[in-house]
Amino acid sequence: MYDVIIIGAGVSGCAIARELSRYKMKTMVLEKALDVCEGTSKANSGIAHAGYDAKPGTLKAKLNVEGSRRMKALSEELDFPYKQNGSLVLCFDEKDRSKLEELKKRGECNGVPDIRILNREEVLSLESGAGEQVVSALYAPTGAIVCPFGLTIALAENAAVNGVEFQFGTKVKVIRKAAEGYLIETNKGSFETKLVINAAGVYADELHNMVSEEKMKLTPRRGEYLLCDKLSKGIPAHTLFQLPTALGKGVLVTATVHGNLLIGPTAEDIEDKEGNETTAEGMELIREKAALSVKELPLRQVITSFAGLRAHGGEDFIIGEVPDAPGFIDVAGIESPGLTCAPAIGAYVADIVKKLLSPAEKENFVAERRGIPSMALASGQERQRLILENPAYANVICRCEMVTEGEIIDAIRRPVGARTTDGIKRRTRAGMGRCQSGFCNPKVVEILARELGVDESEVLKSGEDSWYLLREEGGEDL
Amino acid sequence: MVSFAGGRRRRSVKTDLVVIGGGPAGMAAALAAYEKGVTDILILERDQELGGILNQCIHNGFGLHTFKEELTGPEYAARYIERVKEKKIPHLLNTMVVDIQGGAPYHVTAMNKEQGMFQIEAKAVILAMGCRERSRGALSIPGYRPAGIYSAGTAQRYVNIEGRMPGREIVVLGSGDIGLIMARRMTLQGARVKLVAEIMPYSGGLKRNIVQCLDDFGIPLKLSHTVTEIHGKDRVEGVTVSKVDENLKPIPGSEEYVACDTLLLSCGLIPENELSQGAGARMDDVTQGPVVNARLETTVRGIFACGNVLHVHDLVDNVSKESAEAGAFAADYILHGEQEWGEAVRPKIPAKSKCAPPADRDAESQLICIGCPVGCLITAKKGEDGSLLITGNTCKKGEEYARNEMTAPVRTVTSIIRLASGNGKVVPVKTETEIPKEKIGECMKVIKAASAFAPIAVGDVMIADVAGTGVNIVATANIDC
Repeated sequence: MYDVIIIGAGVSGCAIARELSRYKMKTMVLEKALDVCEGTSKANSGIAHAGYDAKPGTLKAKLNVEGSRRMKALSEELDFPYKQNGSLVLCFDEKDRSKLEELKKRGECNGVPDIRILNREEVLSLESGAGEQVVSALYAPTGAIVCPFGLTIALAENAAVNGVEFQFGTKVKVIRKAAEGYLIETNKGSFETKLVINAAGVYADELHNMVSEEKMKLTPRRGEYLLCDKLSKGIPAHTLFQLPTALGKGVLVTATVHGNLLIGPTAEDIEDKEGNETTAEGMELIREKAALSVKELPLRQVITSFAGLRAHGGEDFIIGEVPDAPGFIDVAGIESPGLTCAPAIGAYVADIVKKLLSPAEKENFVAERRGIPSMALASGQERQRLILENPAYANVICRCEMVTEGEIIDAIRRPVGARTTDGIKRRTRAGMGRCQSGFCNPKVVEILARELGVDESEVLKSGEDSWYLLREEGGEDL
Repeated sequence: MVSFAGGRRRRSVKTDLVVIGGGPAGMAAALAAYEKGVTDILILERDQELGGILNQCIHNGFGLHTFKEELTGPEYAARYIERVKEKKIPHLLNTMVVDIQGGAPYHVTAMNKEQGMFQIEAKAVILAMGCRERSRGALSIPGYRPAGIYSAGTAQRYVNIEGRMPGREIVVLGSGDIGLIMARRMTLQGARVKLVAEIMPYSGGLKRNIVQCLDDFGIPLKLSHTVTEIHGKDRVEGVTVSKVDENLKPIPGSEEYVACDTLLLSCGLIPENELSQGAGARMDDVTQGPVVNARLETTVRGIFACGNVLHVHDLVDNVSKESAEAGAFAADYILHGEQEWGEAVRPKIPAKSKCAPPADRDAESQLICIGCPVGCLITAKKGEDGSLLITGNTCKKGEEYARNEMTAPVRTVTSIIRLASGNGKVVPVKTETEIPKEKIGECMKVIKAASAFAPIAVGDVMIADVAGTGVNIVATANIDC
């Protein structure tokens, strides 16, 4: 019997798991994919929003400002990439000035610190490459960028170190009310638990509807992105938004924490909960829109494109115990600014659990976590030390991002370790660079096979059927 | 001479010349500098052996200019490797250069498992890092991001070095030579190549490759076509192929779904100049390589560039030639000091071959002549009496070619044999001379069933009298125990 089972190992589920790992409880995370961070959390803007977007008084507004406030300290505690670069909401028409004022008022109402409106000259002094049509902008110095993989993985690792179990490749089929709590039936057996936390992203409505008569409907809202090479010229220092529209914050242009240029997203409501494909129209739209924000976009330097699905519910997040299903806690409709909110969502949901189960705090909770040392970012001395400790740190596998065998082995062996090449990529950046794994893929596949003790034909990219190589049947295949 | 005595504690060494990259460019440059009297050289190679990309290019067609004979990639590399070893030019393998600092003398930071991280002080540096392939992301092909999308070179490495097959049903996008070569290679290994799509109205590949890699195996070449969507969430399940208009934009309504589990991309090469840029060398937007003067010196004095890092070459022979010049210039710089930099000279990039066989061509009877660059389309038909009627040729050679192709076509087969022991997984092999085209299938069967034991030297007979042709299968690379 578990005290808590969290369904979904995205950033919300992992943040909740980490907060719950402070308490003496039996907690498990169930995830249908083979790794953490495989849904909405892996394909988003990677922004820690300052908090002026959400309507005052909403949960979104409260958790956003709270999450934004917590993110920096958390990045130090859990060692993931974070940078407070400040954000600008660009206004291209004097007529829209009132909208900018309104946004500012919202921000002030929500408690966003130090926001102010800049005129064209002030904008240009911050971002000399800003678009010709820019007339003014809302400046939020607390806007920041964060690595969505780094954040989610750090939360999961720390939760695991503090005793939370993770079960991957585990798909929930049915949830039944049991004598005490719930029975969760999956493709990998049934689990009894006192509380269920439904953090299943775009699937949260399906899980909710298994236990509640008050039906929920989430709409996958697709967002496509283009990512450009680090060496591109003209990457803005700040995150550049445009005035929001009915469908969201519009197309942004930003540096990532790793120095790439990211532009996107589109916003398109679709039916398919797995429909994260990119489209020619979407990519064209991004190119067009982003050109407004930045004069010279290095679009020749695009190295990849991707799409993510936001779980769109209503105007606000849906977080709390389901009225007609006691002990079943929804964390649903977590669209933007969900990534920013994650640390606050973790604490918020932990409070709900505390009220229901009154768990005792652990004396031996480990709050700190160190990430995989990065040879690319290390100083000369640190590199020297890492190599002396383990010569595998001198064996460069991914040349574009300078990722070594040592880092890849670390990514596999650590708690909630990588089991797929995408898992390695998100933990180490091997394959994230300009050649997009052309050179390192055979080497990464070889290391994964060796470390996992499997044949290379069993190494996967991400999903159960995402094989790279055919089996060698006594040389038949070759 | 460079010495790493002192093992991993040794953190810095001095040498006259550092050559970054031990492929055809790096080796030719180092050898030329050596000939000129600069013998204190260090070659840094990131892979586990010298030879660079040639090691995985097991097909033949290399060396006609340099050696006046047709060699496979590994054979071509072996000739240079032999000379590097003969001259005892020091080289470090599995070694990655991280950074180049300076004004002369330059400080090149590199690392490997044996020596850890170390610095080399050098009077001059030659950049010979080669190039990389354009990725799916750079092409912005819409769709999902499943496994099964490989650049042709990555697939080539899997098949020819690792001895592993990356798929069964293949679509190739891009008809450059690597794409064509891989279409044949995958077919020989048992995969089904459904088509090669080329966005341009012509193929940039050599005519010979269109004939011997596609026509020989009945693989369709679709000119003015591109992949407009990738299907499959985990693994590639298919691609949408569309016709494009004269602006290379997909024509709505022309979409065709092609089921496949693998998409190979052969859509261009990009010089790898991150180190060059890091060292401060100015870049040329056209070549995507560094700006150089007539002595192949970059805008950073004492740093020279050659091979595919400078601009993408069609022929390795040209890489060797250019690199030998760079090596000689670098030696001159080391021995006689700086000369006035002079003017920037853009390397001459030969015009791309453009082969555009008609879409409705019947490859069985309409042959592309490969006798010369003109590439006449020759129609050869057997008359009632068995005689051949040949039309469309513009010279005598064309007629001869068509007659041979129609009556007794022959081919060289290149492949790999698994190693039962030794350094590596496979040994590349070839038929010692050409064999009848109709024997290719049988020959491959025998090759696939074989295994080999190291040590092996170039030219060793691996299989005698393959498939009753009287021709031996010989090794094309040296394999240590």
